[in-house]
Amino acid sequence: MATLRLEIVSAERSVLDDEVDALIAPGVEGQLTILPHHAALLTQLQPGEITIRKGGQETNMAVSGGFLEVMANRAVILADTAERAEEIDIDRAEKALKSAQEAIAGRGAAEELESALAAFQRARIRVEVARRRRRGMGGGREQ
Amino acid sequence: MAATSARELRRRIRSIKNTSQITKAMQLIAASKMRRAQEMVLSGRPYSDKITAVLADLAAQLKTLEETGDGPVVPLLEERTIKSTGMVLITPDRGLCGGLVANINRAAGEAIRGAGGPVAVVSVGRKGRTFVVRVGSDLKASFTGLGDRPSLEDTLQISNLVIKEFEERGVDRVWLAYSRFVSTALQTPTVETLIPVEPADLKAEEAVGYIYEPNPQAVLERLLPRYVQMKVYHAVLEAIASEHSARMVAMKNATDAANELVEDLRLELNKARQESITSEILDIVGGAAAVQR
Repeated sequence: MATLRLEIVSAERSVLDDEVDALIAPGVEGQLTILPHHAALLTQLQPGEITIRKGGQETNMAVSGGFLEVMANRAVILADTAERAEEIDIDRAEKALKSAQEAIAGRGAAEELESALAAFQRARIRVEVARRRRRGMGGGREQ
Repeated sequence: MAATSARELRRRIRSIKNTSQITKAMQLIAASKMRRAQEMVLSGRPYSDKITAVLADLAAQLKTLEETGDGPVVPLLEERTIKSTGMVLITPDRGLCGGLVANINRAAGEAIRGAGGPVAVVSVGRKGRTFVVRVGSDLKASFTGLGDRPSLEDTLQISNLVIKEFEERGVDRVWLAYSRFVSTALQTPTVETLIPVEPADLKAEEAVGYIYEPNPQAVLERLLPRYVQMKVYHAVLEAIASEHSARMVAMKNATDAANELVEDLRLELNKARQESITSEILDIVGGAAAVQR
């Protein structure tokens, strides 16, 4: 079966470099599924979840925005930040979510509200991705 | 006389040895920090290569748009008549790194003199701030204490400040001055244009012709600030790698010089000791001869 090469890089490091079957990414205009041999594409990403399918397995990552480039059967994600689900410290993420909520409740100025909302969005996604991963792991142990 | 001199020599040897132990320790610390800094420079490179390539493609697309007349002017690409210049000057916080600080400050000073208009400096690092204040340039803002392992987040304040300044027409261009890390032995002071962004020239046949979502201009408007932020971040990383390399080399030279000095002094000490023994023997022999007589 055809695969496509996926590279996820952030300004600080290369997060992932692998052959995958499919990629689901949060484009600004909605969810995008990239399959092998997709047409050349450049899109902005919004904060959200990246799902990577490889050999019947799914991996999830939280991305806080960035760009997705697809070209010649290679997908490159230029992420602002990207974390694998297992890398996310759920306690810290929940704390960040809480303080972002408080910031939204407490602030009036439009500019501050916007950055607080963005922080809230990022935190929410990290918590969601991490929680889903934890549930998946819990199920695995019970079997 | 000889005895005081020997004691004095011993004291100096001890003190120089202490110094060389300190410089040796600093050398080792700088070496390990340098390795980490180099790794950070390297791990940031894929992102920087990718974003540069994407930007070049976008710019090629927009050029054709602009030529047809309905092209949008994206702020960070706009070339204006230069009335005033902004400069981000990246230097170490600390000294003891050989000629590094002097070199980057000299290059920055030359650029400021040749700018042909007022230059507002945003200094990153204590050494640059001191320099700007001393030569009496306009210090717009100053950042210190970024540490040895800054994240992109840590440098956003700097990049967003100059982006804002350019967009609000406070300055007509922005320079980036830092020490480029070439190798452990070589760091080149570099002054380059940060804004307006000059996308690498791309030959028409290399342009990919992407599908853009939502559209080329919107993507470019988001991509350009990212590019500038990445450039600043990368320059900071290069400057850190340069700093630690220069410090390591400087400290190695200092340690070597101290060891050499200790060798010289030890030779002198031995001579002095032998002299004093000889003169003591002479005294004894002379004394014995006097008694026998």
